[in-house]
Amino acid sequence: MQRRVTFDNRLLPYLLLAPQVTVTLVFFIWPAANAIWQSVHLQDAFGIRSEFVWFENFTHVLSDPNYLDTLKVTVVFSIAVTVLAMGVALLLAVLADSKIKGARAYKTLLIWPYALAPAVAAVLWMFIFNPDIGSFGQALRALGYDWDYRLNGGQALVMVIMAASWKQVSYNFIFFLAGLQAIPRSVMEAASIDGAGPMRRFWTITFPLLSPTTFFLLVVDMVYAFFETFGTIHALTQGGPGKATETLIFRVYQDGVVNNDLGGSSAQSVILMVIVIALTAVQFRFVERKVHYA
Amino acid sequence: MLTRRKLALLTGAATTSALLFAAALPGSALAQTKTVVDFWHGLPQPLGGQLEQIVKDFNDSQQAVQVNASYKGSYPETMQAAIAAFRAGNAPHIVQMFEVGTATMMAAGPAVKPVYQLMQETGASFDPDAYIPAVKGYYSSKDGKMMALPFNSSTAIMFYNKDAFTKAGLDPNKAPTTWPELVDAAKKLKASGSSCPFTTSWPTWVQLEQLGAIHNTPFATQANGYGGLNAELKIDAPLYVKHVQTLIDMQKDGLFKYGGRDNKPDALFPSGECAMIQGSSSLRSRILKEATFAWGAAPLPYWPEFANNDPKNGIIGGAAFWVMTSPKRTPAEYKAVSQFFTYLAKPEVDAKWHMDTGYVPVTLKGIEIAKAQGYYEKNPGADVPAAQLTRTPTTENSMGLRLGNLPEIRNIIQEELEKAFQGQQDAKQALDASIKRGNTVLRNFERANKG
Repeated sequence: MQRRVTFDNRLLPYLLLAPQVTVTLVFFIWPAANAIWQSVHLQDAFGIRSEFVWFENFTHVLSDPNYLDTLKVTVVFSIAVTVLAMGVALLLAVLADSKIKGARAYKTLLIWPYALAPAVAAVLWMFIFNPDIGSFGQALRALGYDWDYRLNGGQALVMVIMAASWKQVSYNFIFFLAGLQAIPRSVMEAASIDGAGPMRRFWTITFPLLSPTTFFLLVVDMVYAFFETFGTIHALTQGGPGKATETLIFRVYQDGVVNNDLGGSSAQSVILMVIVIALTAVQFRFVERKVHYA
Repeated sequence: MLTRRKLALLTGAATTSALLFAAALPGSALAQTKTVVDFWHGLPQPLGGQLEQIVKDFNDSQQAVQVNASYKGSYPETMQAAIAAFRAGNAPHIVQMFEVGTATMMAAGPAVKPVYQLMQETGASFDPDAYIPAVKGYYSSKDGKMMALPFNSSTAIMFYNKDAFTKAGLDPNKAPTTWPELVDAAKKLKASGSSCPFTTSWPTWVQLEQLGAIHNTPFATQANGYGGLNAELKIDAPLYVKHVQTLIDMQKDGLFKYGGRDNKPDALFPSGECAMIQGSSSLRSRILKEATFAWGAAPLPYWPEFANNDPKNGIIGGAAFWVMTSPKRTPAEYKAVSQFFTYLAKPEVDAKWHMDTGYVPVTLKGIEIAKAQGYYEKNPGADVPAAQLTRTPTTENSMGLRLGNLPEIRNIIQEELEKAFQGQQDAKQALDASIKRGNTVLRNFERANKG
């Protein structure tokens, strides 16, 4: 049976909705509409001259070979960050969930990195990996390995992937741990009695029962890798060397804020918006089918 | 009884009125006596504090004008803040803009009030010829009119580690003056155990823009963009190809180390790792503070075959002050701005700023004052930047660059250089790719700013 709430006052429901609607309008719809408007215009930096150019900004962006390179980097980066952040977090959560001494201390320590701002985290990574002043960077060079992410694109990409994933591991860890603790002990015990080993228990019971959490984190991590890793990349490599670590979101910033090309930057934002909407839709349509909601 | 709701309301009302009162008080008090001028700058500490001290000196020197200086982040961030404020109809009276933003500001038309016009309208005396030609040229329009007030200018020079030179058997009092000499010195430094004989900050500005000026070779057509928005990059000239290929080869041989973009490599010199660095003259104060070895300053080297042994003046970096317009501006406010500018243009203020900060003097008289006070005798090498800037009359190629979206072009060139240093392409390919991508940027700027 469905319960219905009725209001005596016809205005009250709208009034109660108003704050949420206002927030959505001001912070989501209005900027998005602005981006779409900008993306079909060509403007000087000061907005004095404006010309409607149809989809020229889009064709310009999409026919730029560098943009396609950036797209490739973004795909590699996002998949690597998502897989790495989720894999490590799941492993740590499973370990922290087992009965070990000092489990609470581990848990607390593992959650810490989440409290760090991305730019601060990136500066820490720089102090570790910088070939001249970083401790680990110096050690690598002393061992004869030619470590220099300022000139080696592959090394730079590996470094930003690690820094970005490290930041997200904590978040994933909390959710995985909560998910693990929600799995009924009785099911696990029954499986043990039936003679299932730890690996088998994990793959046949834990993993499927954890799928809602995994699915949720998959969506969140993808969005994180696409949008929120800007600070990390900006502080570590500024997209270089060459364009080896330039992701779509970094280029939006670069073109819009540094290069004053609002039209091109907005066109890229719109493209990015479409990509993420499509990605999320695909995830809900196909991946969610496999999710087991208890 | 006082309900919780009423209490909340009362508290809210009390806070609001207190805030309003507090906000209104100083404003109204000032409005009656002083004209307030907003001034946004992009200098971090300690330079920002030194600039604010000058503003304070001005405020204390008279009663009519109150200049409020505020730090808006780095140069690009300050530029963005000013642009956003202008779009919202709220531009500050004065904004400090880095030299690569010059073309953008000049193309801004009604957003900017040119300084020569401001001074004319307010009846202030202003002599553009008081400025050293390389500075004046950078901020003048095609017909020679000053568009902005020059203030903190720097140029690119070379610093070298005298201890490392001695160790390598080189004369510590003689820095290499030509590129072949520099390569030789780098070889000797490497042989004596240096892991980084030579590096460069601001790769595009120092290794291409300054290089072009010193060798009187155009960086772009249309007199480096002064002639019109339809300029195209010309950095595939033999000078640039030869120079960049030399850097690539030096890097391969361990004679040159690429230390990153913009001013990132700065740290490599004071730490003692790199024996020679070419970078902004403003690096001097940091070296003074951090270096634990003997060091010297020298002009940038040149290529004998391209310079005819007559290297020209270098070009400037740094920033200038621009006057912005706003729908609400009154003549009294412009008058106040011009009063402030007249103060800043005084040679004494310029000389003091130069000696306090290490920026080059922007006025000819400023150099004289510093000389008269014995500053250059007490600080050997501090006269190198000004000497390099003023050593020859400026030519069409050494006046500066007037290219739209120059920050983006600088980044493009840095990216292509990085690809070359990784071994993915040679000098010619890197420069050709830079031209192709850079010209696209220039065409976009031309389109967005014409008419």
